[in-house]
Amino acid sequence: MLDTSRSLETPEGVNLSLRIAGPVVRCYAWVIDQVIRIVAYSVLSFVLQFTGTIGMGLLLIIVFLIEWFYPVYFEVMHAGATPGKKRMGIRVMHDDGTEVGWQASLIRNLLRTADLLPFAYGFGLVSMLVSRDFKRLGDITAGTVVVYRERPTIWTDIPQATPLAPAIAMTTDEQYALLQFAERAATLTEERRNELADTLQDISGERGGMATQRLLQNANWLVGRR
Amino acid sequence: MNQDTFVSRHEQTWQQFEAWLESGSSKHAGQVAIEEMQIDVPHLYRQICHHLSLARERRYSAHVVERLNDLVLQGHQRLYSARRVGMHQFNHFLFVGFPRRVRREWRLLLLSALLFYVPMVGMFFAAQVKPEIVYSVMSPGQIGQMESMYAPEAKKLGRDMRERGSADDIMMFGFYIRNNIGIGFQTFAGGLLFTLGSIFFLVFNGLHIGTAAGHLTQIGSTTPFFSFVAGHSALELTAIVLSGTAGMRLGIALLKPGRLTRLQALKIAGRQSVPLVYGAALMLVGAAFVEAFWSSTKVIEPAVKYTVGIVFWVLVLGYFLFAGVGRED
Repeated sequence: MLDTSRSLETPEGVNLSLRIAGPVVRCYAWVIDQVIRIVAYSVLSFVLQFTGTIGMGLLLIIVFLIEWFYPVYFEVMHAGATPGKKRMGIRVMHDDGTEVGWQASLIRNLLRTADLLPFAYGFGLVSMLVSRDFKRLGDITAGTVVVYRERPTIWTDIPQATPLAPAIAMTTDEQYALLQFAERAATLTEERRNELADTLQDISGERGGMATQRLLQNANWLVGRR
Repeated sequence: MNQDTFVSRHEQTWQQFEAWLESGSSKHAGQVAIEEMQIDVPHLYRQICHHLSLARERRYSAHVVERLNDLVLQGHQRLYSARRVGMHQFNHFLFVGFPRRVRREWRLLLLSALLFYVPMVGMFFAAQVKPEIVYSVMSPGQIGQMESMYAPEAKKLGRDMRERGSADDIMMFGFYIRNNIGIGFQTFAGGLLFTLGSIFFLVFNGLHIGTAAGHLTQIGSTTPFFSFVAGHSALELTAIVLSGTAGMRLGIALLKPGRLTRLQALKIAGRQSVPLVYGAALMLVGAAFVEAFWSSTKVIEPAVKYTVGIVFWVLVLGYFLFAGVGRED
């Protein structure tokens, strides 16, 4: 599996697997959030300039709230994702896989100030690179982790083909690899399909399109179609 | 059992669980949904957990395993996530939890207070003996601005009338909220750097305030300055010290984790310190309110302002010494 996947044991004794989000995707999410905030500030200050000093006071309070609590609000009320995170398909959760709560979200976002130092999220980046789960200082203290919400690969059903038992006995790992190939087959170009199938000549005993066909037949047999 | 049979046999169970997950996207709807659908959710969930283990063990295809993994993950989050905080918990925090937490941290509180008040008092007296010391802390521009804010003839105290011609109370309220609570949060967050950030902000603010007070008494603005700061000083200064205490708690966890790993110590310190930050932020909101609407007015006699200031100090100290004493958790 990918080296950024992290396994988590639930009270039922099963392992969940999570995919940890790295610094780059989190940076994109931050940029989106930053743009949203800047737009919000501009609109607000444009509207509130007509209301004089009372509006100025209001504006300063709103700016304060947005500055510090924008991420907290969205993370707690919208399933762990600010608009930027949502757009990038990532979300925050507790280390134990539960939805992030007020306390943890507040800790991780207040400590953003420490991550920002000495400039441009320097400490946060170093912390992400040396910690196992790409955690910035705020994540470490709050016990939170940022993970991908959606799976990247598009899985399709294994294409129908006349089932055929594999010519040789296969280990479970090999069977697993074959099934994965079959499930991804529809998303690959024909050339790439055949190229991959060629590497399994020992099993299929064929080359090119015939090899692909044979492997799909084997996959059909392996999932139990008869 | 081969994969297709497995899927077709359990498909209905999975769809039922999916339907339950869909039904209660909003948390409160969850309970209603369970009753309406007449299903035993925990049982269903445990079954699916079992299916996930089986599917992994039997090396079923990634498609099946990931689907089950997603179901279990969503179920886990729905079933185990903590409940939201209610009004009751807020009251408990305000009258019991917060003052208790502060008392439990008395050592760090004392240290933070010393780091803040010693430079402050030191600079205040240094400015009496050696008035030019003010230039080593503030720039001439800042000094000029400060002098005009507390000039005896100023219409409103603590406002720079040259820049913000029509600065009024609500605007200043917003300014104090943004500025002061921001400082409080920074003082907290800085503690994560092995306490250094908290120490810096405490000492720096102590020096600054002490110098300002010292300089203003030197140039004859004693009454305007002290009658301005008297009202909000108790809330504001205490809140800054508390933010420092919270930050130190984080830093100390890293420096002296005891028998825990640094990581564990830090997580515990995070949970312990965050109530102090909430509390300090609330106090700073209060301080900003007093500062904007009460402290700046010149209509009220300085003697009244000093009295109110002392009352605030007594209330704040009394609160932290006695609130929530002897109550069961």
